[in-house]
Amino acid sequence: MKTLRLIKLTSVLLASVAFGDELLNVSYDPTREFYQEFNASFAKKWKQETGRSLTVKQSHGGSGKQSRSVIDGLAADVVTLALSVDIDAIANNTDLLPKDWQTKLPYNSSPYTSTIVFVVRKGNPKGIKDWGDLVRNGIQVITPNPKTSGGARWNYLAAWAYAERKFGGDESKVKEFLAALLKNVPVLDTGGRGSTTTFAQRGIGDVFLSWENEAHLIEKEFPGKTEIVIPSISILAEPPVAVVEKIAKKHGTEALAKAYLEHLYSAEAQDIVGKHFYRPRDPKAFAKWSKNFPEIQLVNIDRDFGGWAKAQKKHFDDGGTFDEIQQH
Amino acid sequence: MSSTHHVTTESKPVRLLLIAVAAFILSLFLLLPLIAVFAEALRRGWELFLASLKEEEAWSAVKLTLMAAGLSVPLNTLFGLSAAWLVTKFRFRGRAFLLSLIDLPFAVSPVIAGMVWVLLFGAHGWFGPWLAEHDIRIIFALPGIVIATVFVTFPFVARELIPLMESQGADQEEAAVTLGAGGWRIFRSVTLPSIKWGLMYGVLLCNARAMGEFGAVSVVSGHIRGETNTLPLHIEVLYNEYQFSAAFACATILALLALVTLGIKSLVEHLSGHTSNSRH
Repeated sequence: MKTLRLIKLTSVLLASVAFGDELLNVSYDPTREFYQEFNASFAKKWKQETGRSLTVKQSHGGSGKQSRSVIDGLAADVVTLALSVDIDAIANNTDLLPKDWQTKLPYNSSPYTSTIVFVVRKGNPKGIKDWGDLVRNGIQVITPNPKTSGGARWNYLAAWAYAERKFGGDESKVKEFLAALLKNVPVLDTGGRGSTTTFAQRGIGDVFLSWENEAHLIEKEFPGKTEIVIPSISILAEPPVAVVEKIAKKHGTEALAKAYLEHLYSAEAQDIVGKHFYRPRDPKAFAKWSKNFPEIQLVNIDRDFGGWAKAQKKHFDDGGTFDEIQQH
Repeated sequence: MSSTHHVTTESKPVRLLLIAVAAFILSLFLLLPLIAVFAEALRRGWELFLASLKEEEAWSAVKLTLMAAGLSVPLNTLFGLSAAWLVTKFRFRGRAFLLSLIDLPFAVSPVIAGMVWVLLFGAHGWFGPWLAEHDIRIIFALPGIVIATVFVTFPFVARELIPLMESQGADQEEAAVTLGAGGWRIFRSVTLPSIKWGLMYGVLLCNARAMGEFGAVSVVSGHIRGETNTLPLHIEVLYNEYQFSAAFACATILALLALVTLGIKSLVEHLSGHTSNSRH
């Protein structure tokens, strides 16, 4: 019993080392730079409004893996993940947040959107213009594994949407197209950042299917080495956010967590969203950064695929189209 | 000295060739990576190097790493000593089983070594609900990191001591008993002096691994920046954020900690060589 109390004491001590409020945001890979700046903006606002200082702790990793960690007990006050299925997984496997979490904030609880674009080598030596070019002989395509990476699932569905339109909905031809595309993938990394490193740092591949914001980040980090190609059609990605209500209640951070996520929709935060190459919801911020966001015909997961739950089951669960194509 | 000279019968060119091959392999596989770490860290100049070492998150990672090593090394020293004492000075049923059990952490992959603790202490693990009820956090917090480190570095001290104590036998202790010495006295005045260098060597190896452990700790860490990222985890985070210089600057800290450990280790070897030579 004494050791028990000792462990308790240490964990309490460790939790209160930093004075003031504390919040843990469990997020996915490519949001690191964005949340660094956003956290500073919110901490300033919080201090002005409440007079209390705030430390926001961040944890980043593949979206599916992060969701798993929260299910296993990582004490996140808020989750900001790549796909709604990853937050659904938390709601379905635990009682940490309600099943209707996505209705709690505007725009399906997605304060910013993104899409999938191509990154190619400088000068586009292989002349890659659209999805159709990805299945050509001798083209190496870099994309992470849809089983583990959120970004890769968007990639897969965007390619599916292109093929569906091209072949007039003939599903066997669509599957053939995706099989040909996957044949051109030499390495299936587990997460988005791993693929970025494969393409940009290790120099493998001719084209990298990337989050739009990650594509701009690569241009910034490796100047003059790559360029962005906008395909004829892509997919609207809506990375959602949610308060992990039960944990926030336990930590006494409910109001803080709610204010934190609501701040994402403010004019100031939406400007930071645009600056970090995510597409802002706020029209004003979108207009300001619009030169980074060329118009693309975007398919929508709810409209074109019947929602994430359905798409997940049809394509990515065991025995789905991805498994079927992989076996060829 | 002159007697060892004739032990090798190979001709001089063969010997030189063997030495050259060994030196080449050593520099390719050990020296070159070490140089690469320092070169990459300093690629963008000293200023950036020092600035990245001053980062608060880097320091919290260093502190956490030292804390994890500082807690797990004494625990494993204590355990290693008692286990080695038990299996070498006494004969009992299940002794062979205990010996193989000690080696278990060497045999399993670090990922598994991390995952078992999630299975036991995770929110849905065997003890998860009880821990949650009593508001005790193990996984994704310091206790989990220490437990994973202890598990992975479990065998080092025991494995170093067991062969040594085995070869020494129990004669001296038995003699001490006949002279009327008690257990603690025997341990302090008879056993400990004869194993102290082996013990130190084991402790240093244990420490080196405790500071460098990545896999098992990665599974239980939760990767909260400035809180549960140890130095090896923090290096990976920086690398993934394109902060290559900062990543390698932190890698130099880890390399330096390892070099210090190795330095002490050679010193221990040197000293122990002296004493054992003078004794014989």
